[in-house]
Amino acid sequence: MISFKFAYKPKNELEAGGRDKIPVQQDENEPERECPNCHRRIFESELWDNAYVCRCGHHFRVNARQRIALISDAGTFEELFSDVKSSDPLDFKGYGRKLESAKNVSREDEAVICGRAKIGGAECMLFAMNPEFMMGSMGCAVGERITRAFETATAEKLPVVGCTISGGARMQEGLFSLMQMAKTSGAVKLHSDAGLFYLVLLTDPTMGGVTASFAMGGDIILAEPSATVGFAGARVIEQTTHKTLPKGFQKSEFLLEHGFVDAIVSRGEEKDVISHLLKLHGARAAVDEKLSEVSE
Amino acid sequence: MSSGAYEKVKLVRSSKRQTGKDYIDGIFTDFFELHGDRRYADDPAIVGGIATLGDIPVTVIAIEKGHTAKERAQRTSGAPNPEGYRKALRLMKQAEKFGRPVITFVDTSGAYCGIGAEERGQGQAIAENLMEMMTLNVPIISVLVGEGESGGALALAVADRVWMLENAVYSVISPEGCASILWRDASRAEEAADCLCLTAEDALAGGIIDEIIPEEGLSADEIFANVKEKLAAALAELSENDNLCAERYMRYRRIGG
Repeated sequence: MISFKFAYKPKNELEAGGRDKIPVQQDENEPERECPNCHRRIFESELWDNAYVCRCGHHFRVNARQRIALISDAGTFEELFSDVKSSDPLDFKGYGRKLESAKNVSREDEAVICGRAKIGGAECMLFAMNPEFMMGSMGCAVGERITRAFETATAEKLPVVGCTISGGARMQEGLFSLMQMAKTSGAVKLHSDAGLFYLVLLTDPTMGGVTASFAMGGDIILAEPSATVGFAGARVIEQTTHKTLPKGFQKSEFLLEHGFVDAIVSRGEEKDVISHLLKLHGARAAVDEKLSEVSE
Repeated sequence: MSSGAYEKVKLVRSSKRQTGKDYIDGIFTDFFELHGDRRYADDPAIVGGIATLGDIPVTVIAIEKGHTAKERAQRTSGAPNPEGYRKALRLMKQAEKFGRPVITFVDTSGAYCGIGAEERGQGQAIAENLMEMMTLNVPIISVLVGEGESGGALALAVADRVWMLENAVYSVISPEGCASILWRDASRAEEAADCLCLTAEDALAGGIIDEIIPEEGLSADEIFANVKEKLAAALAELSENDNLCAERYMRYRRIGG
């Protein structure tokens, strides 16, 4: 294995870690990954320190727990609905085995994690989808957890912050998966009609039935740089239309240009931006509460 | 071993089968078509307008594939673009304003798959329909008359009553799409069709639809007459319901809970 030090020579003192650098004992067995953009090899610990962003700006995918840790205030996340689990309603060929392996790989029960959290002190309902569990696809359990998150948030008058990453509806649950699009969209609508705030952070990739339901239902839609977001997959479009896709097609910059996201926010700034936006919307709720207390 | 599911898919894709527009013409005598989404264009894959059923005005929206090769090319074989969904939503909002029930006829292998459709927000258009239809304050009845595949079909099928023709199919994705994604081999579509449980009986057993409309051995006119009668009866019942939106939400809420 090539060590990080051979692969990358610091150009100046600052890149080398500054003058007072404490020598870190690098574990020889520490896993390293190659950046798909600049091809630099990076140790897992360095990635963690940099919120899984390479120096070249490439945003690595993070799993749901990492996402929650990156966005919410330490120790404030309280998981909900973890008892909601997948079944195999159609007895679909190979699905049972796939579910088992997804559980083993991700060490999670499902492709989304929901719960109450604080972001920069602002209370919210937070959900994060998990790319390690069948690429974050939405079956009944995902749909049910997200629906419950919105229903609970509506009942408790909480804003919702959702981080999406998904290949779309989970085909192996057939029509039951498709109906989760209607169910989650309905829950989003009722939350919205109650005057509550919903912020979406689109991350790479968000596709298909997730884009076409709760991912596009936010009052404010943010996206990470260069995230692929769309309905139909690029490969399918190319095969169907026999056309070469334009450069940057379905990237978040493309969505910004076409008017489908509010802003692109890089990972280092996400927490500050989200907590600021929550406060801008939360302040109104606090005032309303005081007013109703006075009128009572 | 095949359950014959893929045979149904092939049957409903036939250019000879009654399309959405045939249902409109067969059921209503005074349909007046309304065009355009007022934002970008008019999508010929979706036909919508006003008509009367018995003596009540209704808004009717149908996905139209066309019969001939020329029609199918012009109507993108019933694969709607975002402007089609936005036209449908405009007509539904208009129906709500004037207290007209909404009737949709669904027949599509999915939303149009293309560069322009993505540029104009196919996902956003479908999402918006799902959200708005859930709380539209007039009765909605959806009839799946042929193919009902993916979110592109669901975007016109969030309703108080969902019916399926006996041979119609309803699925999360086309069998070809499923085989291509799961097994990287679209030629295994028949196998995928068996796995997807996409027949009307499957959908009824799963609580996804409310009723199957018979068609075997019946002429098109007999089917239209039957649908017309059922629509009138269901609308009479739904128009008495003061709790429409809450019950519609619960209809979907209980699925996969």
